[in-house]
Amino acid sequence: MTNHWNDIQHADAILIMGSNAAENHPISFKWVNEARAKRGAKLLNVDPRFTRTSAVADHYARIRSGTDIAFLGGMINYAIRNNRINWDYIRDYSDAAYLVNPDFRGAADLDGVFSGLKGSTYDKSTWSYQTDENGVPKRDETMQDPNSVFQLLKKHYARYTPEKVCELTGTDPKDFETVCDVFTATYLPEKSGTIMYAMGTTQHTYGSQNVRAFSVLQILLGNIGVAGGGINALRGESNVQGSTDHGALYHILPGYLKYPKASEQSLAVYNTNNTPKSNDPMSINWWGNTPKYMASLLKAWWRDADLETGYSYLPKIDDTTNYSYLPIFNEMARGNIKGMFAWGMNPAVGAPSARLIRRALAKLEWLVAIDLWETETSAFWQKEAGVDPSTINTEVFLLPAAASMEKEGSVANSSRLAQWRYKAVNPPGRAEDDLAILTMLVNKTKELYAKEGGAFPDPILNLSWNYGKLGLDGKIHHPSPREVAKEINGFFLVDKEVDGKLYKAGDMVPGFPALQDDGSTCSGNWLYCNSISDTENRMMRRDTSDPTGLGFYHNWAWCWPMNRRIIYNRASVDKKGQPFAKDKPVIWWSPLKKAWLGDVPDGGGGPGAKHPFIMVPHGRAQLFSASMTDGPFPEHYEPLESQVRNTISAAQVSPVIMRWDKKVQEEVCDPMLVEGCNAAVFGCEEAPEFPIVCTTYRVVEHWQTGQMTRWLPWLTELVPNQFVEMSEEFAKEKGIRNGELVRVTSIRNREGIIANAYVTKRFKPFTINGETVHQVGMTWHFGYKGLVTGANANDLSPFVGDANTMIPEYKAFLVNVEKVRR
Amino acid sequence: MTEYIKLIDLTKCTGCRGCQVACKNWNGLPAEKTQFIGSLQNPADLSYDTWCLIRFDEIENGSGLKWVMRHDACMHCDWPACVKACPSPGALVKTETGAVVHDPNFCIGCKACTVACPFDIPRYSAVNENISKCTLCYDRITDGRKPACVTSCPTGCLTFGPKAEMQVRARARAAEISGVVYPNNPKYQTNVLYIMPAEIRAAQLQHMNPNPKMPTTVLWWKNLFKPFTLIGMGAVAGAAMLHYMVRGPHEPEKKEGGE
Ligand code: SF4
Ligand code: SF4
Ligand code: SF4
Repeated sequence: MTNHWNDIQHADAILIMGSNAAENHPISFKWVNEARAKRGAKLLNVDPRFTRTSAVADHYARIRSGTDIAFLGGMINYAIRNNRINWDYIRDYSDAAYLVNPDFRGAADLDGVFSGLKGSTYDKSTWSYQTDENGVPKRDETMQDPNSVFQLLKKHYARYTPEKVCELTGTDPKDFETVCDVFTATYLPEKSGTIMYAMGTTQHTYGSQNVRAFSVLQILLGNIGVAGGGINALRGESNVQGSTDHGALYHILPGYLKYPKASEQSLAVYNTNNTPKSNDPMSINWWGNTPKYMASLLKAWWRDADLETGYSYLPKIDDTTNYSYLPIFNEMARGNIKGMFAWGMNPAVGAPSARLIRRALAKLEWLVAIDLWETETSAFWQKEAGVDPSTINTEVFLLPAAASMEKEGSVANSSRLAQWRYKAVNPPGRAEDDLAILTMLVNKTKELYAKEGGAFPDPILNLSWNYGKLGLDGKIHHPSPREVAKEINGFFLVDKEVDGKLYKAGDMVPGFPALQDDGSTCSGNWLYCNSISDTENRMMRRDTSDPTGLGFYHNWAWCWPMNRRIIYNRASVDKKGQPFAKDKPVIWWSPLKKAWLGDVPDGGGGPGAKHPFIMVPHGRAQLFSASMTDGPFPEHYEPLESQVRNTISAAQVSPVIMRWDKKVQEEVCDPMLVEGCNAAVFGCEEAPEFPIVCTTYRVVEHWQTGQMTRWLPWLTELVPNQFVEMSEEFAKEKGIRNGELVRVTSIRNREGIIANAYVTKRFKPFTINGETVHQVGMTWHFGYKGLVTGANANDLSPFVGDANTMIPEYKAFLVNVEKVRR
Repeated sequence: MTEYIKLIDLTKCTGCRGCQVACKNWNGLPAEKTQFIGSLQNPADLSYDTWCLIRFDEIENGSGLKWVMRHDACMHCDWPACVKACPSPGALVKTETGAVVHDPNFCIGCKACTVACPFDIPRYSAVNENISKCTLCYDRITDGRKPACVTSCPTGCLTFGPKAEMQVRARARAAEISGVVYPNNPKYQTNVLYIMPAEIRAAQLQHMNPNPKMPTTVLWWKNLFKPFTLIGMGAVAGAAMLHYMVRGPHEPEKKEGGE
């Protein structure tokens, strides 16, 4: 979230799109309802399904799954055509006035693609700003130059007319108009609108571009950095924010530092390649500090090694290989991976094309599953999984883990708020908390490397693991999360003077501006620097005072960065430091005190001194983004599996997505891999066999793959079975009665899965290009373990991911649905 | 002791069922074995072990599609038909908090309340030979806390407070949304109130008692049995006798107290 949970109360309009917040983030509705009661905010909900969120929305607009960019492009076009633009904001705080390379060509010129397309990747050299002799982007303050970002944007989205949009999305034009009208009315400087989104936005082959489309709209309306505004990702798990903050992804290190590549063999090269530069004196260019953060991280991990040695210890990733979820399982299915830790993870249910995933697991020599219960993943070899155990040679270890109330530590929520949690009870039996399990592994691995040597023992042997008192055997047996938290914050390793203040070795680093690039500080995650002081762990604070009355609660726990509750908050004030919205200011400049008041301001300097978007090199919000792999402006493509022709351009699907379906065929892979990656793409011979759009989702009663909730009687009582939601019209066509069993098949699973039909008025057929398109939906929560079991929707979903992040496309694919005949 | 009202604002319920689980949690009620019934509603109905249930209803009328979720539990009537009907003193009691509480020790399992209740609330268990229902969390509200369901409700659909204040709030909210307060019978008031938007009223009233009142049969029944409880029998003896009349000889080992 750019903003935070209770900030939703300040919104004048709330757009929930790609999220079913009422179900998956029930507490958010406390604040949604607060905004409606106190500010008269209208709740808008755009979704393929009429959900429990839609049930309480002021306006609901139905869209066909996967057409978000068409809808949002239409909203952007509406804002431009109706002059609902915050002109001062986009001129001063965004790149709207920047001039783009004259050789750049957009989707309007090139029928759906951008300049530089070579095969299935873009050469992005034309996706750049024109710069002056100092290297600062050139501007046209009037934003009239045909090469200005604003004019290019206008041209791009002029194609997204209401008629075109509704033709693609299947939305009732009246509903589309209402959503546009209500939301874009927040372009007034004193108004703000918030966007709440979740997996419905991201789990598409263009999921990142869906989020980008939100950004473009919010920048045009001046809704970023202000109270009641922002782009707010509702994270689906209590600490998933923490897991990405701390780098639990292949391409990032803690604090979102880029992961070193094989071509970056020295720290010096890494720093040169990964430290953006800006010559604009008003740009803070925060990532310019990369060398300080990287040096402090290396020192946190290898305290006694010099920086280059520490850097040499870090494994490097191949420059062009993608190591995300889908490629891992693809390699596993090809027999190229020996062992796996499934740590609180249940891919046997949750991964796309999960049948293929379970077959891939059988190619492992060993699997370690660490969880609260026996999950489908740890039981993939059992009869319940539909396999013959005698045919599987994988050795499986199931380590019982502690649940959240059985261990201590910090949890970071969607608001970037890190709250300390305490242990309430001991874990049952021999279950251990994750840190204890990890410490045992570290001790054992070090011991084996010490004894047996090995290819490159130094990184392991020299790894600093000082998280508790040493036992008689010289090892840590009771690691303390409080010690880990201190290292994450970081401390001085030698006496050092910073900005005229002398710090002693061992003193906590007061905040990331004090981190050093010479190895004199360590910090496990620069973003969390400031979370612990010499006297307190700020994540433990529980002070409910709110002196500004704006809901910041600065002394309740701690949030990154620097306890700033709304990021980019310098965009909420004019050049004099006065808030655009007087009744809900975020920060304001006091000329008397010569200081900012309110929230913790973004970056240094007085009013008007710096550009507000400190995390992008030039300091201005990017309507035009060259960092995306699939285009600087979001463009509508159809999902990989769609029976609808893309009528906005000739590009049916995103040209740069990884096509596993083609790859495995070309490489003449194992038939199981070919089947598991197959796709019913538009125009292919098999596509007509699978005419129904299917989408998947969660319900409030269960969590993710059900690995925790399907073991809880009070929750299984509420939702005991898998179901397939469908319209009354479709059910009638197929002779299906509510509650009876149906079989759902996809090109990857022709045997299909069986579940209860849930015939509802809340699903309706779409009319697209004059043809009826039916859509069904299933939950994600069922598998073959637990108090209740049921068919797994992911046994049908496609093996394809987003062009930027590889997040799988769970939200739109093709199936067939038939009544089960007895 | 203050008299309270629990207010249910149907415009705000998201059907998250936090209340339904919180009720089971606080009251130590076991889960039931359920099956998908073609709706998210589950268990299908209130029961001895389910005192609070979200009822789901899809309504399609002139004003578009509405998906109504209704928190259904005891209405804690002012002049409760269940208490009036109950022949065993102490089994059902209207307390000064407004809560109508049930004491299984005095319950003779005659099921009179289940027939009398205008809201179809009390549920009988043949195994336990008594009834059960929502207590308005009497044990919490007499301890200065809100009912478990209200505490768990994230949306503001369920609120709880002193009677006079809540009555004003209910009327104000109903006016704000041009809706109605249910029930709306000055002769049969309750310590639980619904706020209902006008456009769903007609459809909802198909599943709810449009005019809740004291059933005349209850008055008749009460008058018939009144002499027994007045003759000077102890409450316990009276209850035992009634139990004998209604259900036959009692097997004492099934119950702890009351005999
Ligand atoms: S709703 Fe029924 S059970 Fe509850 S107090 Fe009224 S009559 Fe008694
Ligand atoms: S008031 Fe208490 S007993 Fe009644 S429904 Fe709520 S939680 Fe259950
Ligand atoms: S907790 Fe509140 S919002 Fe959730 S189902 Fe119950 S009454 Fe509705």
